[in-house]
Amino acid sequence: MTAIALSHVRAWRIPAPLLAGVLILCGMLVAALVPGAIAPYDPIAFDYAALLQPPSLAHPFGTDNFGRDVLSRTIFATGVDLQIAFFATIAPLVVGTLVGLFIGFYGGLADAIFAQVVNLVMTFPFLVIVIAIVAVLGPGLENMYVAVSIVGWVFYARLTRAEVHVQRQSDYVAAARVLGYARSRILFRHILPNTLRPILVFWMTDMSLKILLGSSLGYLGLGAQPPTAEWGVLIADGKAYFPAGWWMAVFPGGVIVLCGIGFSLTGDGLADLLDVKR
Amino acid sequence: MNRASYTAARLLQIVPTFILIGIVVFVLVRILPGGPVAALLGDKASDEAIERITRQLGLDAPILVQFWRFLETIARGDLGDSIAYHVAVVRLIAERLPVTLLLTGMATIFAIALAVPLAFVAAVTQNRWPDLAIRGAFQVGLSSPIFYVGLILLTVFAGAMHIFPVGGYGETPGEHLYHLFLPALALALSFSAVIMRSLRASVIEVLSAEFVDFARAKGLRRRIVLGRHVLRNALISTVALIGLQIGDLLGGAVITESVFAVPGVGRLMVDSIFARDYPVIQGLTLALAVLVSLVFLATDLVQMALDPRVAK
Repeated sequence: MTAIALSHVRAWRIPAPLLAGVLILCGMLVAALVPGAIAPYDPIAFDYAALLQPPSLAHPFGTDNFGRDVLSRTIFATGVDLQIAFFATIAPLVVGTLVGLFIGFYGGLADAIFAQVVNLVMTFPFLVIVIAIVAVLGPGLENMYVAVSIVGWVFYARLTRAEVHVQRQSDYVAAARVLGYARSRILFRHILPNTLRPILVFWMTDMSLKILLGSSLGYLGLGAQPPTAEWGVLIADGKAYFPAGWWMAVFPGGVIVLCGIGFSLTGDGLADLLDVKR
Repeated sequence: MNRASYTAARLLQIVPTFILIGIVVFVLVRILPGGPVAALLGDKASDEAIERITRQLGLDAPILVQFWRFLETIARGDLGDSIAYHVAVVRLIAERLPVTLLLTGMATIFAIALAVPLAFVAAVTQNRWPDLAIRGAFQVGLSSPIFYVGLILLTVFAGAMHIFPVGGYGETPGEHLYHLFLPALALALSFSAVIMRSLRASVIEVLSAEFVDFARAKGLRRRIVLGRHVLRNALISTVALIGLQIGDLLGGAVITESVFAVPGVGRLMVDSIFARDYPVIQGLTLALAVLVSLVFLATDLVQMALDPRVAK
């Protein structure tokens, strides 16, 4: 992977937008891995002496209706939302890429069936089918991952299939065939590594979309269940105190936007760096 | 292929699509924990009651017979009765769908009004500051959850400035437009970002096409070249994009309607989940998928009318 990635790097200087995106994501990752180290307060400690305090030096994001520090709660929620980004995309990524690889390489009947599956999945509004499945399985994060994965693999498979079609025509595959390499070797050692670049770029976009989806479901009460501090749940908590206690919802929402921008900048930067057309 | 046979082929394609949508919804209801009977009766039902309802609903018949009956009832326009509202699901949807259609229609108009001029400015000032500012602003829009945008609009324009109502739908057509203004704006923001991105890219592509060079070489003024040649060609791909986005737009409407308490099908869907009203969830999933496939059909036909190459 590294060797392929580097062969497409035009210059050694990392472009500023990519750097900014990576820095944002690294910050998010630190908050997710060691929230206790950077959060100034215990996220679940009630403080009845400081209910609904507006932002101040002591509480930069203010406090909520139980006197809990909103900054600390937002920091502790980061882990939940990054988990959503990862677990809602990893099964579709792996399954979809493998399915797309086989369908793109072997084609035939499987390809025709897959075209129908794509058409069908496109006719169901993504959010509607996901909430319909969550309705059947019951609200909660695990069921949301299942619902998203049932539908989400199709997008990775479609992307991989298209990329395999491009790679199959290329000279290096013809050369590998002439050399008499086994089909499985050509598929996994030659074609797969070259299809990974667009998949990687799409994965960045997909993770930010899944954070938006996860926080939307959390807001509606269908995703992470309270008392789990998830960004969407925090905003839903704050809605009851809008607009007087605006800080309860505005700051967690701002962090969602920041996280989305981090993923987009990273994705766009990688696309440029790895020469992926979108 | 000529236009007539393309149209006929495209119209025929809708039949297998409808049947496949039917299969998905049919399967969805049957993977309920404990099946539809348990959903209907709850956990404490007696064995006899379960047996009676199973026979009543025809769930003891072979699966293919069940599926055939399911298709038959849908074809008759019967989606069953709502558990929570005790009325026909079809009636509930018929009452609520116009609200959602008005909301998504207004959002589409807002999104186009916002995206088209800005995409044009961004494309002709490619990589200079107006372009960077426009793209940056839309990037923020694309990364903002709809419910968050909605809350902020509510706070500023309804809560603080009292220009718009905090939610609801009103009674008269004029009130409908007034009540849906903020929700449509919230829904339009991320949609316009998608349109802007695509339109900017296609304007840039068209600008470098040979026929544009030719038009300029003929001595046509820049404004005429941009308006008549560039915009028209760039809009063709945008029409297709807008059609393809209908699913995301309806999904966004589910969230928007919940934030602004708009009585459309999206709110109905969320309410039905908490009420465990499975016939409504099933009926809505089916109705929205059918709606999307019809919009796809219309998009393909409009695109064919705009660009004869599509039919080839």
